[in-house]
Amino acid sequence: MTAIATGLDRDALAALVARDVPAGSVVNLGIGLPTKVSNHLDPATGVMLHTENGMLGMGPEAHGDEVDPDLINAGKVPVTELPGASYFHHADSFAMMRGGHLDICVLGAYQVSATGDLANWHTGRPEDIPAVGGAMDLALGAKQTFVMMSLFSRDGAAKIVPSCTYPLTGVACVSRVYTDLGVFLIDEEGVVVRELFGLDFAQVCDLVEVPLIDGTHH
Amino acid sequence: MAQVFQTPAEAVAGIADGATVMIGGFGSAGQPVELIEALIEGGASELTVVNNNAGNGDRGLAALIREGRVRRIVCSFPRQSDSWCFDEKYRAGEIELELVAQGNLAERIRAAGAGIGAFFTPTGYGTPLAEGKEVREIDGRHYVLEYPIRADFALVSADVADELGNLVYRKTARNFGPIMAAAATTTVVQVRRIVAVGGLDPEHIVTPCLYVNRVVRVEARTPALAGERQ
Repeated sequence: MTAIATGLDRDALAALVARDVPAGSVVNLGIGLPTKVSNHLDPATGVMLHTENGMLGMGPEAHGDEVDPDLINAGKVPVTELPGASYFHHADSFAMMRGGHLDICVLGAYQVSATGDLANWHTGRPEDIPAVGGAMDLALGAKQTFVMMSLFSRDGAAKIVPSCTYPLTGVACVSRVYTDLGVFLIDEEGVVVRELFGLDFAQVCDLVEVPLIDGTHH
Repeated sequence: MAQVFQTPAEAVAGIADGATVMIGGFGSAGQPVELIEALIEGGASELTVVNNNAGNGDRGLAALIREGRVRRIVCSFPRQSDSWCFDEKYRAGEIELELVAQGNLAERIRAAGAGIGAFFTPTGYGTPLAEGKEVREIDGRHYVLEYPIRADFALVSADVADELGNLVYRKTARNFGPIMAAAATTTVVQVRRIVAVGGLDPEHIVTPCLYVNRVVRVEARTPALAGERQ
């Protein structure tokens, strides 16, 4: 089974997530695709970026003379600081997350379950070296955890699943899933399809094994 | 209160085979490379190392692993594109890995320095990293019991020390420095600059000197940093 529609590209998806981040939020963007969201945040909204290696008020990626080996993000990429930035040690940084002080974190995923379980840290294959980093803390700590991913894996399997087959990162922690083909909200009622890109509700119901609620007309 | 040493070799003297050594740094930022090189030079082996990662490239922690000095590593993120030294030892079954979620790693280190016997954390509940651990439901939320991580030595990199060992760090190179300094029996710190007592604003000191045992000044090798400090 392959995706039957061409949905949003990665930048358009990042722009969509950025549009949904309320002004003044404190946000942590995970490594990989979520990092792209920062390119689409309007500085006028006053969104502050947290990076778990110990900084609030992170600026854009550093280039040329701006590169400073002492100033990197969680992906170990050199970044810049914005006016109002602060630095703190690792235990404080993770206390900020675990303590519920971050509004939103955006993470990539291998799979998300119908009840918001997240799998994004390990394939479970014995030949792969397991590495978790801050994913488990982030998934649980922020007030809202958004996932950004393609709806289908390269081999065509839907990544929104009845229950995760990959090792879990967190239980019932994802509230929203942004994919190339649609946006899915996970709440007590179930999985609500907020909007779709390039396919209709009946088509997505055929492709995803999870019961879906049509919220596209709201 | 700290003693100031002239060379990294003197500063790391006394680290025995089988010791547990915390090494600061997140990737390369804040990694005390010269202290690690002195540790390699000193010959200690069968070490347990606590670090966020498992070495980058060929220097510092990566070299310590490549030289076969590390029996066991406690870290959160050993899989990196430039982490070939660890990969080789791990695949050959020559190094033991205890994988810890990053925030739990930081809090376990903090707990050791703060005299906490154990703590319940929500991080990791329901995942493979919580298997076999005590869990408890508190006010409707699930938590996992985690224990402190202590060390015989901590090797830390800071920006400036005064002669008592009070420390300030620079930007995201702070990372694990303050909590590791508190969690080890002997804390060894390399700094770019040492100033006289009173030369640091007490309001700006991040690690008070009672956590620091040994200090050594190491020239910043990175031209950009050396330039900025002058």
